[in-house]
Amino acid sequence: MDEPLNLVLFSGTDDKLQAAAVLTAGAAALGRPVNLFLQYWALDAFRADRIAADHGLVPEAGEAGRAAVDALRTAGQASWAETFRQAKELGGVDIEACSLSMDLLHLEPSDLDPLVDGVEGVTAFYLNAGEGQLVFI
Amino acid sequence: MAVIEISQRVDARGLSCPMPIVKTAQAIKTIPSGAYLEVLATDPGSTKDLAAWSRTTGNELVEQSADGGVFRFVLRRK
Repeated sequence: MDEPLNLVLFSGTDDKLQAAAVLTAGAAALGRPVNLFLQYWALDAFRADRIAADHGLVPEAGEAGRAAVDALRTAGQASWAETFRQAKELGGVDIEACSLSMDLLHLEPSDLDPLVDGVEGVTAFYLNAGEGQLVFI
Repeated sequence: MAVIEISQRVDARGLSCPMPIVKTAQAIKTIPSGAYLEVLATDPGSTKDLAAWSRTTGNELVEQSADGGVFRFVLRRK
Protein backbone atom coordinates (compact mmCIF):
# COMPACT_ATOMS: atom_id res chain seq x y z
CA MET A 1 0.00 0.00 0.00
CA ASP A 2 3.03 2.31 -0.04
CA GLU A 3 3.35 2.48 -3.81
CA PRO A 4 1.04 5.09 -5.27
CA LEU A 5 -2.11 4.21 -7.16
CA ASN A 6 -1.87 5.96 -10.52
CA LEU A 7 -5.04 6.68 -12.45
CA VAL A 8 -5.08 8.09 -15.97
CA LEU A 9 -8.51 9.57 -16.63
CA PHE A 10 -9.50 9.84 -20.29
CA SER A 11 -13.31 9.51 -20.26
CA GLY A 12 -15.36 12.49 -19.18
CA THR A 13 -18.74 10.92 -18.44
CA ASP A 14 -20.16 11.25 -14.92
CA ASP A 15 -20.28 7.49 -14.34
CA LYS A 16 -16.61 6.89 -15.17
CA LEU A 17 -15.53 9.94 -13.21
CA GLN A 18 -17.52 8.76 -10.20
CA ALA A 19 -15.92 5.32 -10.49
CA ALA A 20 -12.50 7.00 -10.58
CA ALA A 21 -13.40 9.13 -7.57
CA VAL A 22 -14.46 6.06 -5.57
CA LEU A 23 -11.17 4.29 -6.38
CA THR A 24 -9.29 7.43 -5.38
CA ALA A 25 -11.17 7.94 -2.12
CA GLY A 26 -10.80 4.30 -1.11
CA ALA A 27 -7.04 4.40 -1.65
CA ALA A 28 -6.69 7.72 0.14
CA ALA A 29 -8.64 6.36 3.11
CA LEU A 30 -6.11 3.54 3.36
CA GLY A 31 -3.26 6.03 3.41
CA ARG A 32 -2.12 5.16 -0.08
CA PRO A 33 -0.92 8.03 -2.31
CA VAL A 34 -2.93 8.56 -5.49
CA ASN A 35 -1.71 10.32 -8.64
CA LEU A 36 -4.30 11.30 -11.22
CA PHE A 37 -3.48 12.36 -14.79
CA LEU A 38 -6.33 14.09 -16.61
CA GLN A 39 -6.45 13.66 -20.38
CA TYR A 40 -8.92 14.59 -23.09
CA TRP A 41 -12.56 14.53 -22.03
CA ALA A 42 -11.78 13.89 -18.36
CA LEU A 43 -9.72 17.10 -18.36
CA ASP A 44 -12.57 18.91 -20.08
CA ALA A 45 -14.92 17.83 -17.27
CA PHE A 46 -12.63 19.47 -14.69
CA ARG A 47 -13.04 22.91 -16.26
CA ALA A 48 -14.19 25.36 -13.60
CA ASP A 49 -17.20 26.38 -15.68
CA ARG A 50 -18.16 22.80 -16.51
CA ILE A 51 -17.36 20.70 -13.45
CA ALA A 52 -20.90 20.85 -12.09
CA ALA A 53 -22.56 20.27 -15.47
CA ASP A 54 -24.20 17.06 -16.63
CA HIS A 55 -21.48 15.05 -18.39
CA GLY A 56 -23.79 12.21 -19.35
CA LEU A 57 -23.18 8.50 -19.09
CA VAL A 58 -21.60 5.93 -21.40
CA PRO A 59 -23.96 4.58 -24.10
CA GLU A 60 -24.19 1.15 -22.45
CA ALA A 61 -25.91 2.78 -19.47
CA GLY A 62 -29.09 3.29 -21.45
CA GLU A 63 -32.28 4.60 -19.90
CA ALA A 64 -32.21 2.09 -17.07
CA GLY A 65 -28.69 3.18 -16.18
CA ARG A 66 -29.67 6.83 -16.24
CA ALA A 67 -32.59 6.10 -13.91
CA ALA A 68 -30.36 4.15 -11.53
CA VAL A 69 -27.76 6.93 -11.40
CA ASP A 70 -30.41 9.59 -10.85
CA ALA A 71 -31.95 7.54 -8.03
CA LEU A 72 -28.62 7.37 -6.20
CA ARG A 73 -28.08 11.11 -6.61
CA THR A 74 -31.59 11.80 -5.25
CA ALA A 75 -30.77 9.54 -2.29
CA GLY A 76 -27.92 11.90 -1.49
CA GLN A 77 -24.85 10.38 -3.08
CA ALA A 78 -22.07 12.93 -3.47
CA SER A 79 -21.06 14.08 -6.95
CA TRP A 80 -17.74 12.83 -8.29
CA ALA A 81 -16.23 16.26 -7.76
CA GLU A 82 -17.28 16.21 -4.10
CA THR A 83 -15.95 12.67 -3.72
CA PHE A 84 -12.58 13.86 -5.08
CA ARG A 85 -12.65 16.83 -2.67
CA GLN A 86 -13.28 14.52 0.28
CA ALA A 87 -10.49 12.24 -0.88
CA LYS A 88 -8.06 15.17 -1.16
CA GLU A 89 -8.88 16.18 2.41
CA LEU A 90 -7.31 12.91 3.54
CA GLY A 91 -4.04 13.92 1.91
CA GLY A 92 -1.85 12.14 -0.62
CA VAL A 93 -4.04 12.80 -3.65
CA ASP A 94 -2.43 14.72 -6.51
CA ILE A 95 -4.44 15.67 -9.60
CA GLU A 96 -2.48 16.82 -12.63
CA ALA A 97 -3.66 17.99 -16.04
CA CYS A 98 -1.96 16.51 -19.07
CA SER A 99 -0.16 19.35 -20.85
CA LEU A 100 -0.89 17.89 -24.29
CA SER A 101 -4.60 17.79 -23.51
CA MET A 102 -4.40 21.37 -22.23
CA ASP A 103 -3.13 22.32 -25.70
CA LEU A 104 -5.76 20.20 -27.42
CA LEU A 105 -8.57 21.92 -25.52
CA HIS A 106 -6.95 25.38 -25.58
CA LEU A 107 -7.02 25.61 -21.80
CA GLU A 108 -5.13 27.77 -19.35
CA PRO A 109 -4.50 26.58 -15.77
CA SER A 110 -6.88 29.30 -14.59
CA ASP A 111 -9.70 27.63 -16.56
CA LEU A 112 -9.52 24.57 -14.32
CA ASP A 113 -11.32 23.83 -11.05
CA PRO A 114 -9.11 24.20 -7.93
CA LEU A 115 -9.25 20.40 -7.57
CA VAL A 116 -6.52 20.29 -10.24
CA ASP A 117 -3.11 20.77 -8.63
CA GLY A 118 -1.11 21.55 -11.74
CA VAL A 119 -0.14 20.73 -15.31
CA GLU A 120 2.51 18.21 -16.24
CA GLY A 121 3.71 16.06 -19.09
CA VAL A 122 3.65 12.30 -19.25
CA THR A 123 7.29 11.97 -18.18
CA ALA A 124 6.74 13.75 -14.87
CA PHE A 125 3.63 11.65 -14.33
CA TYR A 126 5.63 8.45 -14.87
CA LEU A 127 8.33 9.64 -12.49
CA ASN A 128 5.78 10.17 -9.73
CA ALA A 129 4.03 6.92 -10.62
CA GLY A 130 7.08 4.92 -9.55
CA GLU A 131 6.41 1.21 -9.26
CA GLY A 132 2.74 1.71 -8.43
CA GLN A 133 -0.10 0.32 -10.49
CA LEU A 134 -1.34 2.31 -13.46
CA VAL A 135 -5.02 2.28 -14.38
CA PHE A 136 -6.61 3.85 -17.48
CA ILE A 137 -10.23 4.95 -17.10
CA MET B 1 -15.10 -4.96 31.60
CA ALA B 2 -13.32 -1.75 30.65
CA VAL B 3 -15.50 1.21 29.87
CA ILE B 4 -14.93 2.60 26.42
CA GLU B 5 -15.18 6.36 26.19
CA ILE B 6 -16.02 7.56 22.71
CA SER B 7 -13.92 10.57 21.72
CA GLN B 8 -15.50 11.16 18.32
CA ARG B 9 -18.55 9.94 16.47
CA VAL B 10 -19.09 9.52 12.74
CA ASP B 11 -22.68 9.36 11.53
CA ALA B 12 -22.39 7.78 8.09
CA ARG B 13 -25.99 6.55 8.04
CA GLY B 14 -27.48 7.00 4.59
CA LEU B 15 -24.05 7.44 2.98
CA SER B 16 -22.94 4.98 0.35
CA CYS B 17 -19.47 3.67 -0.42
CA PRO B 18 -16.83 5.13 -0.17
CA MET B 19 -18.09 7.83 2.18
CA PRO B 20 -18.34 5.75 5.40
CA ILE B 21 -14.65 4.85 5.05
CA VAL B 22 -13.62 8.35 3.94
CA LYS B 23 -15.41 9.89 6.94
CA THR B 24 -13.82 7.30 9.24
CA ALA B 25 -10.34 8.04 7.89
CA GLN B 26 -10.91 11.79 8.26
CA ALA B 27 -12.23 11.45 11.81
CA ILE B 28 -9.56 9.07 13.17
CA LYS B 29 -6.98 11.80 12.56
CA THR B 30 -8.78 14.13 14.97
CA ILE B 31 -8.45 11.90 18.03
CA PRO B 32 -5.31 11.02 19.97
CA SER B 33 -3.59 7.66 19.80
CA GLY B 34 -5.46 5.11 21.94
CA ALA B 35 -8.73 7.02 21.76
CA TYR B 36 -12.00 5.55 20.46
CA LEU B 37 -14.04 6.43 17.38
CA GLU B 38 -17.63 5.32 16.91
CA VAL B 39 -18.99 4.90 13.38
CA LEU B 40 -22.63 4.38 12.43
CA ALA B 41 -23.45 3.21 8.91
CA THR B 42 -26.34 1.75 6.95
CA ASP B 43 -24.44 0.78 3.78
CA PRO B 44 -24.39 -3.04 3.65
CA GLY B 45 -20.81 -3.07 2.36
CA SER B 46 -19.58 -1.08 5.33
CA THR B 47 -18.99 -4.15 7.51
CA LYS B 48 -16.42 -5.66 5.17
CA ASP B 49 -15.01 -2.24 4.27
CA LEU B 50 -14.40 -1.20 7.86
CA ALA B 51 -12.87 -4.56 8.77
CA ALA B 52 -10.52 -4.27 5.80
CA TRP B 53 -9.69 -0.67 6.62
CA SER B 54 -9.00 -1.59 10.23
CA ARG B 55 -6.65 -4.43 9.19
CA THR B 56 -4.79 -2.32 6.64
CA THR B 57 -4.35 0.82 8.75
CA GLY B 58 -3.79 -0.88 12.12
CA ASN B 59 -6.63 0.98 13.85
CA GLU B 60 -8.21 -1.85 15.83
CA LEU B 61 -11.89 -2.64 15.44
CA VAL B 62 -12.83 -3.28 19.08
CA GLU B 63 -16.60 -3.52 18.80
CA GLN B 64 -19.18 -4.04 16.12
CA SER B 65 -22.91 -4.63 16.23
CA ALA B 66 -26.00 -4.31 14.07
CA ASP B 67 -29.41 -3.07 15.08
CA GLY B 68 -32.30 -2.71 12.67
CA GLY B 69 -30.21 -1.98 9.59
CA VAL B 70 -27.76 0.29 11.38
CA PHE B 71 -24.22 -1.00 11.83
CA ARG B 72 -22.18 0.32 14.75
CA PHE B 73 -18.40 0.11 14.89
CA VAL B 74 -15.93 1.23 17.54
CA LEU B 75 -12.33 1.69 16.48
CA ARG B 76 -9.25 2.46 18.52
CA ARG B 77 -6.69 4.80 16.98
CA LYS B 78 -3.28 3.14 16.96
